[in-house]
Amino acid sequence: MEAVRLEGLRKRFGSVKALDGLSLAVEAGSIFGFLGPNGAGKTTAIRILTGLARADAGRAWLDGIEVGGDGRTARLLGYCPQDPSFYPWMTAEEMLDHVGRIFGLKTSERRRGVGELLELSGLKESAQRRIGGFSGGMKQRLGIAQALVNRPAILLLDEPVSSLDPFGRKELLDLIEGLRGRCTVFMSTHILADVERVCDTVGIIDRGRLIVQAAKKELLETYAAPVFEVEADRGQEDALRAWAESLSRAPWLDSTAFPEARTVRVLVNDPETAKRELLASAVRAGLVLARFEMIRPTLEDVFLKLVPQGRN
Amino acid sequence: MSWAPAFRKEWLEQRRTYRLLIVAVVLTLFGLLSPLFARYTPEIIRMVAPMGEEIIKLLPPPSAGDAVDQYLKNITQFGVLLALLMTMGTMSLEKDKGTAALMMAKPLSRGEFVLAKFASLSLTFSLGVFLAGAAGYYYTLVLFGPLDPAGWVGLNLLVLVFLLVHVALTLLCSTLTKSQVLAGGMSFGIWMVLSLLGALPRVGDVMPRHIMDWAARLGKGSGMTSLMDLSPLVDGRSGDHWPALAVSAFLIVGSLLASCLIFKRQEL
Repeated sequence: MEAVRLEGLRKRFGSVKALDGLSLAVEAGSIFGFLGPNGAGKTTAIRILTGLARADAGRAWLDGIEVGGDGRTARLLGYCPQDPSFYPWMTAEEMLDHVGRIFGLKTSERRRGVGELLELSGLKESAQRRIGGFSGGMKQRLGIAQALVNRPAILLLDEPVSSLDPFGRKELLDLIEGLRGRCTVFMSTHILADVERVCDTVGIIDRGRLIVQAAKKELLETYAAPVFEVEADRGQEDALRAWAESLSRAPWLDSTAFPEARTVRVLVNDPETAKRELLASAVRAGLVLARFEMIRPTLEDVFLKLVPQGRN
Repeated sequence: MSWAPAFRKEWLEQRRTYRLLIVAVVLTLFGLLSPLFARYTPEIIRMVAPMGEEIIKLLPPPSAGDAVDQYLKNITQFGVLLALLMTMGTMSLEKDKGTAALMMAKPLSRGEFVLAKFASLSLTFSLGVFLAGAAGYYYTLVLFGPLDPAGWVGLNLLVLVFLLVHVALTLLCSTLTKSQVLAGGMSFGIWMVLSLLGALPRVGDVMPRHIMDWAARLGKGSGMTSLMDLSPLVDGRSGDHWPALAVSAFLIVGSLLASCLIFKRQEL
């Protein structure tokens, strides 16, 4: 069953086309990574799903119910915006209790739920503090907690880890991973490593259109050609650079990049030929190597391949 | 039905952000000071103004009626200013900061959101006017003698209606924009326009300002004998003030309806 369905969504802001016929479907229970460069239309699509914005054309469904102005889909949803804002005079506990009341939860249910969510979001110690004094990361964690108050069937997260430190990010990703099978998570982000870690399905959009949507594994197999990483010995930096430049004429080469002075990443379009010729070429050039490795392609490689570079 | 939690939050906000305290203190202060001003203005003139003694002889001795006039003038002027200041950010700030978007993604209707704000502001101003009325009544009693209690209650109810007109209009302005400064400016402009229209012959008779004349008559005790006796409301120049009250009610209801409809159409 589809938890989220978008069909031909179009949305303009003046002369800017935010969405240009976006269509996609997300299976219930999956963790969906919604990827795209800045300004691709991710937030606009999510705002339409929440009912906060209206599409100029096209339709959207949540759990088979069409999203409209009647608010029928609001009960199914948990939503955390990119930079969640709260009433600064409220405490974290009061905020979660307020959201529980809006969802019509009973007092006992609210009390239990609020306690659990404060614990889960790591805000138990700050439960009685006013939100006005919270850091960005604490607000983001509270944002996720308030989105879970009603135990939603569909959780919409817009850049959920953007303000978190590495510890907070890990905790949140663990939390999202723990929701697998219990609810559908629709998560927009541009942090590809996070998507790679928790999402099982990925959709990449650019300029308001879906470029590709597939299971993560399938996407990596289909689009990501292997990458070779070559690390030279100390003092070989110039020789490494000269050798990498000499590869530019090879027909099996896509591109080279230098993540560090002594390391070059070689993206290829014909891995078998590259496997044979790359190492031989390095030996011929007299390079002293510290490491030669064919590494697993990442989602970042797929993303960079599918989204034109000028857009990032 | 999410109106109750929405109202609960708004009422908590009125208290936590000191809006209730500010409205109550300012209005009570003017409730207390108005009879004092009425009573001691001649004394002040005598002491401060050149030829004060001569001027005083030209003035009639202060009366309870002067206290009522002073009370109405102060409460309406400062009450309207408070209505503007307390209301101008109520919608615009929520839209600007993003809290409205967070809440509107939940099962809370936009109409409930707007009406909960108006209800909490109404309660704040009701309490403020109640305290100001009690203070004003007590000091008038001490300095001039008793006023007709029923008439005083009627006066304060009309003052409340007048202030709620400005609360509702400012709420509408706040719904129209994301800038609380712009909302405040628009509301101030509307106040000016209504005041100017109120000074015009014929048109002025149906403007909200006109119900203050009615309030003054009630406060000065034009014949009301009990709380249930509404005869002063229709006596003498009977019906003179009803159109102004009807226009005030229309402005309140119309502004709220417009706020709900406009907010419903806005993207957050």
